[in-house]
Amino acid sequence: MIPYIFKRLLSLLISLCLASIVIFTVVEVAPGDPAAFMLGINAQDDTILALRKELGLDQGKFARYLSWISGMLSGDFGLSYTYRSPIADMVGERLWVSLPLALYALGLSVLIAFPTGLYAAAQRGKRGDAMVMGATQLGIAIPNFWFAMILVVIFAIKLRWFSAGGFAGWDDGVLNGLKSLTLPAIALALPQAAILSRVMRSALIETLGEDYIRTARAKGLSKRATLWHHALRNALIPVLTIIGLQFSFLMAGAIIIEQVFFLPGLGRLVFQAITQRDLIVVESVVMLLVFAVIMVNFLVDLAYAAVDPRLRSQA
Amino acid sequence: MPIKTGRLLRISAAALALTGGAVAAAQSDLTVALQLEPPHLDPTSAAAGAIDSVLYSNVFEGLTRFASDGSIIPGLAKSWEISEDGTSYTFHLNAGVTFHDGSSMDAQDVKFSLDRARGEDSANAQKALFAGITDVSVVEPLTVKVSLEAANGSFLFNMAWGDAVIVAPETIENIKTNPVGTGAFEFSNWVQGDRIELTRNADYWGTPAALESATFKFISDPTAAFAAMMAEDVDAFVNFPAPENLPQFEADPRFQVIVGSTEGETILSTNNKMPPLDNVKVRKAIAHAIDRQAIIDGAMFGVGTPIGTHFAPHHPDYLDLTANSAYDPDLAKQLLAEAGFENGFETTLKLPPPSYARRGGEIIAAQLRAVGIQTEISNLEWAQWLEQVFRGKDYGLTIVSHTEPMDIGIYARPDYYFQYDNPAFQTLMTDLRSESDPATRSAMLQNAQTIISEDYVNGFLFELAVPTVANAKIRGLWENAPTQATDLTGVSWSN
Repeated sequence: MIPYIFKRLLSLLISLCLASIVIFTVVEVAPGDPAAFMLGINAQDDTILALRKELGLDQGKFARYLSWISGMLSGDFGLSYTYRSPIADMVGERLWVSLPLALYALGLSVLIAFPTGLYAAAQRGKRGDAMVMGATQLGIAIPNFWFAMILVVIFAIKLRWFSAGGFAGWDDGVLNGLKSLTLPAIALALPQAAILSRVMRSALIETLGEDYIRTARAKGLSKRATLWHHALRNALIPVLTIIGLQFSFLMAGAIIIEQVFFLPGLGRLVFQAITQRDLIVVESVVMLLVFAVIMVNFLVDLAYAAVDPRLRSQA
Repeated sequence: MPIKTGRLLRISAAALALTGGAVAAAQSDLTVALQLEPPHLDPTSAAAGAIDSVLYSNVFEGLTRFASDGSIIPGLAKSWEISEDGTSYTFHLNAGVTFHDGSSMDAQDVKFSLDRARGEDSANAQKALFAGITDVSVVEPLTVKVSLEAANGSFLFNMAWGDAVIVAPETIENIKTNPVGTGAFEFSNWVQGDRIELTRNADYWGTPAALESATFKFISDPTAAFAAMMAEDVDAFVNFPAPENLPQFEADPRFQVIVGSTEGETILSTNNKMPPLDNVKVRKAIAHAIDRQAIIDGAMFGVGTPIGTHFAPHHPDYLDLTANSAYDPDLAKQLLAEAGFENGFETTLKLPPPSYARRGGEIIAAQLRAVGIQTEISNLEWAQWLEQVFRGKDYGLTIVSHTEPMDIGIYARPDYYFQYDNPAFQTLMTDLRSESDPATRSAMLQNAQTIISEDYVNGFLFELAVPTVANAKIRGLWENAPTQATDLTGVSWSN
């Protein structure tokens, strides 16, 4: 188990190093001077120079890369160019929207996918299976931002059950906060649930064809008990992989949904920062997302080892 | 059965409307949505109009200020005297004005604010407004004298800008996150990415605001803006981003739609130094090839006023010169032939993000194609646009709305991005600066409009309109936008 973890950790570190270089280069190569953008079309040249100096943009690229990396390692992400406030605080605040939203959506996705996947696998080839497969096909095909708009039209404009967007905050109670995340979470979760449900079904069907399942059935175990006790656990590996990927997607990929519901989350922060050429915010947040994705993958790798004893001994 | 459900729904909807109405009667808070969130809250150190949209007149005030019709009226200064030669202004400040932290506003604060704006390390995005000031001195606690290098007919106008508001030295350090001004509202909270909250200033020196509190929400997506308004999550949306939905709001008794004028001259900016656009015949041909009304209808859903020069149509000195560039594709073709381009030519059309540019650009490209001019369209982000077009001058044509008030003076700057270099016009602008006689100034401004119109410096398209969608019960919102501001000091709920 230990060498396995060590190997995973090493690859994690290398990925992070490479990612930081790629992110910094790509963001810096993009045209557009942050200072000129902030001061607009009537600014005088000396004002722009003064601001460039204040922002530290007059230093060389390499020097800026080093100070960025060393700052991050010591937990100091620096100041945003546009907001002039610490990036760590801004990200911290935004995480209180994005993280709960991602978890909420992931929770919904699993809640929908597990029963439907199990049901479809158990009903394989029958009408129930066909219905679930048809529904999931639709779920994958519908773009989530469009689905989000439809949800808004029905539940916010017509029925007035939810507000059309915005985030109530956690101060007025968890329920209020969750309520404002409900429509976005559903919009995010449905396509994910559709994918997960299909993966669940095919993984189960595959394991149900294995020899040990036949043995278990031959020993007199009921169909349902085989499904629950033998097939499900073995089918979990591909399902876990997808859940890991989905969590990363939900953290990083909620940009459009956050726009549609005007939620003050990480995605919106990155989106604004890109248009405003707030380079340091873009770099730091993208780096953080990369870190989160890599960490999630690492945890998924560990989870594999937990479900599959073969992986533990192999390493 | 379906009929029954329908009726039930209608009854419950009516009940909802009734309770909603009852709540609104006692309402003293307002939620206003804007498209863009301010990057920070210091109007004196950034170009972002979003800062003024929230804070101008509400939180911060200057010596003078813009009224909703664009005229200049007294602000913190109740009166002033101008010396004979026009080079010194003595301002008398209102007594009893305090900043929101309780400290009093006096001549020292005025001196501090103006000196800070014109200082060497100033980050003021409109530093040119203060360029002529040679000295600011405190005469008495409530009297301040500003000396100018030369007479400047637009000095009082300059002092009305959001970039010239009066700030206090005690609170300047944290102004970007905690703005402390003298206005009728004080800043209370900012949830970044979501909203800014203001509360009524109980100790306001002037007429207090009717609203007890105001919340600005930031919604940039047009579809989301529509949904937020329809669901009545917000009470008003200033500069509503989806003009295609305006008729729907107009037809709905819950809402009012106000379409006002702005200071935004939307122009097909032309690189006057790039061949063949350096030829006035070519530029004239382009002007006649453009059907302004078609652009307003197609790109702005009918909202906007055609212009023939770089001047706001609501201004008393405005001259209607649209006839100079009347839509006439045959004339355009003839002019091109005279200039030696019977077979047309090819140039670039670089478009910044706003919809007036992206949608308008497609229409203009088609209209130019009809007379033989091929354009290569490229869509740019603002930062790219500033770098390539504005600073790099690497473009043939671009579309942009110049939203600064009274900015015809940019045509006197040969290094400005459209690179128009006309000594006669430059002299005219220099003379205008020192002219204070209103009638002469008016004649000079009209002359200036005529010169650039007849030189076809740019393709003059239309004056940008500002559509506001609001709850039908709201009174006192600004109709026009003489500067980027959402002045809530006179806003109230009716009944």
